Amino acid sequence: MSTTSSTIVNLPDQRTATIPKKNYINAEDGLLSWLLTGDHKRIAMLYLISITFFFFIGGIFAGLIRLELLTPQPDLVASDTYNKLFSMHGIIMVFLFLVPSVPATVGNFLMPIMIGAKDLAFPKINLLSWYLYVVGGIMTLAALVLGGVDTGWTFTTPLSTHYVNTHVVTAGLAIFVAGFSSIFTGLNFIVTIHRMRAPGMTWFRMPLFVWSNYAASIMMVLGTPVLAITLVLVVLERTIHIGVFDPSLGGDPLLFQHLFWFYSHPAVYIMILPGMGVISEIISTFSRKRVFGYTAVAFSSVAIAVFGFFVWEHHMFIMGVSNYSALVFSLLTMLVAVPSAIKVFNWSFTLQKGSITFETPMLYAFAFIGLFTIGGLTGVFLAALGMDIHLTETYFIVAHFHYVMVGGMLMAFLGGVHFWWPKMTGRMYPESISKLSAVTSFIGFNLTFMPQFILGYLGMPRRYHAYPAEYQVLNVLSTAGATVLGIGFLMPLIYLTWSLKYGAIAGNNPWQATGLEWQIQSPPLTENFIETPVIDYEAYDYEWLAKKTEQEVTTVG
Amino acid sequence: MHISPVLWQFLVKWLTNSALFPREASTIAPYADALYFFLLLITVVGLVLVGALVFGFSIRYRKERNPVATQVEGSTLLEATWTIIPLALFLICFVWGALLYFRIYNPPTNAMNIYVVGKQWMWKAEHPGGQHEINNLHVPMGVPVQLTMISQDVFHSFSIPDFRVKREVIPGRYTTVWFEATTPGTYHIFCTQYCGTKHSGMIGEVTVLTPDEYKKWTEGSTSGMSLAQNGERLFASMGCNACHTGDAAARGPNLAGVYGSKLRLTNGSEVLVNEAYLRDAILNPSQHVTAGYAPIMPTYQGQISEEGLIDLVEYLKSLKTNYRVQQTLTTSESNQAAPMTPGVVKP
Repeated sequence: MSTTSSTIVNLPDQRTATIPKKNYINAEDGLLSWLLTGDHKRIAMLYLISITFFFFIGGIFAGLIRLELLTPQPDLVASDTYNKLFSMHGIIMVFLFLVPSVPATVGNFLMPIMIGAKDLAFPKINLLSWYLYVVGGIMTLAALVLGGVDTGWTFTTPLSTHYVNTHVVTAGLAIFVAGFSSIFTGLNFIVTIHRMRAPGMTWFRMPLFVWSNYAASIMMVLGTPVLAITLVLVVLERTIHIGVFDPSLGGDPLLFQHLFWFYSHPAVYIMILPGMGVISEIISTFSRKRVFGYTAVAFSSVAIAVFGFFVWEHHMFIMGVSNYSALVFSLLTMLVAVPSAIKVFNWSFTLQKGSITFETPMLYAFAFIGLFTIGGLTGVFLAALGMDIHLTETYFIVAHFHYVMVGGMLMAFLGGVHFWWPKMTGRMYPESISKLSAVTSFIGFNLTFMPQFILGYLGMPRRYHAYPAEYQVLNVLSTAGATVLGIGFLMPLIYLTWSLKYGAIAGNNPWQATGLEWQIQSPPLTENFIETPVIDYEAYDYEWLAKKTEQEVTTVG
Repeated sequence: MHISPVLWQFLVKWLTNSALFPREASTIAPYADALYFFLLLITVVGLVLVGALVFGFSIRYRKERNPVATQVEGSTLLEATWTIIPLALFLICFVWGALLYFRIYNPPTNAMNIYVVGKQWMWKAEHPGGQHEINNLHVPMGVPVQLTMISQDVFHSFSIPDFRVKREVIPGRYTTVWFEATTPGTYHIFCTQYCGTKHSGMIGEVTVLTPDEYKKWTEGSTSGMSLAQNGERLFASMGCNACHTGDAAARGPNLAGVYGSKLRLTNGSEVLVNEAYLRDAILNPSQHVTAGYAPIMPTYQGQISEEGLIDLVEYLKSLKTNYRVQQTLTTSESNQAAPMTPGVVKP
């Protein structure tokens, strides 16, 4: 076997690999050893299980919404029920799935390993963050079981403070608690990245996944407290009528919008940035080539994090804000689109002159690039002031953010889970059925959300329980797509669970990737590294990997 | 090839009964659509470009054809290209979008004004001539119409997709939008801001009439009292005329001709008296004390409905002299002096 003629090399232990006798999974036994663990890998698995649970709860709501919209008449559920469905769908998906999705699962698992650390800086705070997430999740479920909440995920005042009679306080406090979970994760990441990099792991040798999680962490730490304050004000206004938001009590009705979007727009980048990091890793690995323009991609993450804080008012262009502030925010929104464009082109050019294979993570990454491009460019429609007037609050905006959040983030999440599944569990997922699921999701996704762009331009408002009959055809298409999409999302749940027991044994580095996480055993030891690694190569250095492999072959041989 | 007739009929029915593009029924619509098609073009070109790169490279550099990857650091020139070109395109979109925004939100000065009050879950339109409509809006073709809107409870949003206009309807402040309809017909009105249980029932129809028909409609559906006349009644019954008599020695400032003027307040600031100012000054008088007057006016918060406030605002807009104010005041004082004689209020 010659290692120099091909960038794709085979480590000697690939075929004969066995699950290592000692690893983080079997290091300790019993439920308590998981619930009281400080190991970032175990906490990541706890997170993975809990967010998957909430993803499917939110998914069921999405399914019911689409089923209701199959016909123009409000015939499946009552209006209040429908309003609760989309509210709970939004709350669960945004706060309990998308925000923690990549950082708290694959990020938690891999970020310390990628920079050569034994754990995160504060293992106990990491565990606390998971418990806060669980408490927030249980409170959300409590709000749901007690009768639901029907404010929409945006908790718009004064509707949420004076006019609805549902469990706003419970749901608001649930998000408040879950918010601290994400603040703690962000804090932990920032400190770890600053203080715990292995010798030789300079900032510009870090994988781009670490960069993007770093940018997202900064946004979490700076943005989430504003959401927490806002929700507390909503709860106080609802319970003791303090009059911050309600004009009839002397409040400012637009203040809530400003405060809420000051967090919730950056939150969009909190959700998408870690996904972009995943895509950088996947694209590089499967084209066996360093990421094109590493520095540009790294800094574009930081640029998004900075600019992302100064665009919130674009959610309020039609709300009677000053025309001139609308101008400023429209301009800034146009600027924040540029780093995303840079990333997409850099990923595309990473493929150039590579040696590309098409495993499942790569298919998800391709889906991400395509869907994110559509999602991003339709964002420009909404950033253009005059166009926003017609499009905002319609299905166009629903389609736009689902293209970014589901087509972008969820595809990245699934790509990441498949990509690192061998590392996390020591076993491979079944390749052909997972390719099928990636393709199914892609087709189902486009069928679901493409018609919604057309519906949006026609003017169909979002959050409508009933709609004029002429919109039915497109809604039927969308619901049909949602069915396909649902199947596409169910398949990984089944075969990944199956692979835990029956999957082929992965070995240390099934993808021949360069990241530090691939140079250790799968699943890793509790302490990750036997001895602290010393880094003398940049991220994505495939020549270093080839040399290292060659050496190993000679040593073993 | 043979298509089954059932399927064929189904397809034809589909295409004829379903909408794919909204009608263009206002002067703004073609401008909005032009920008829309420009943006669509950018999207399609961008998507095709990215798609071509990804698929092209995937085919050209797949492992079977290119077993050895060539490591490339990056390319400043290429990266500058795909920074500057998108930036330039986005800036064009920004300027175009801004121009459209100002076109949609800056009404021409000769626009006729209609008030709209949003409340859970209906739209109430109030024409200056005293026509009231619920979930309906009749407007003449070819005339700029400005809507001055306010919500009585939560956030609503007034949208007419076929006109490409929309504006948030906010509790506690007036927002405006304008349009000039070009084609007679009926078009959807939607509430697009989620507003509670019957959000999807907060819909209506705008009926565009030719000027002749519109004239017929206004005559046929008037309530007999214009908004300003209603306002005059309220002005007297709320006791406003007791202080705002127009006399030099009156406790309240003279309101005749105040609309449109610049007013100096006790806190030193100068304000333009418009609808919003008049409304705020009634509800929150202590914040809006005209220079030279004592802050003695009580608040009317919670005592007048939004429709009542609109009547008052319309009345004050039309108030040019204090003659009738004083007449009404004298009448009501003489009524109080002789309360036993009912029905003597002069028209």
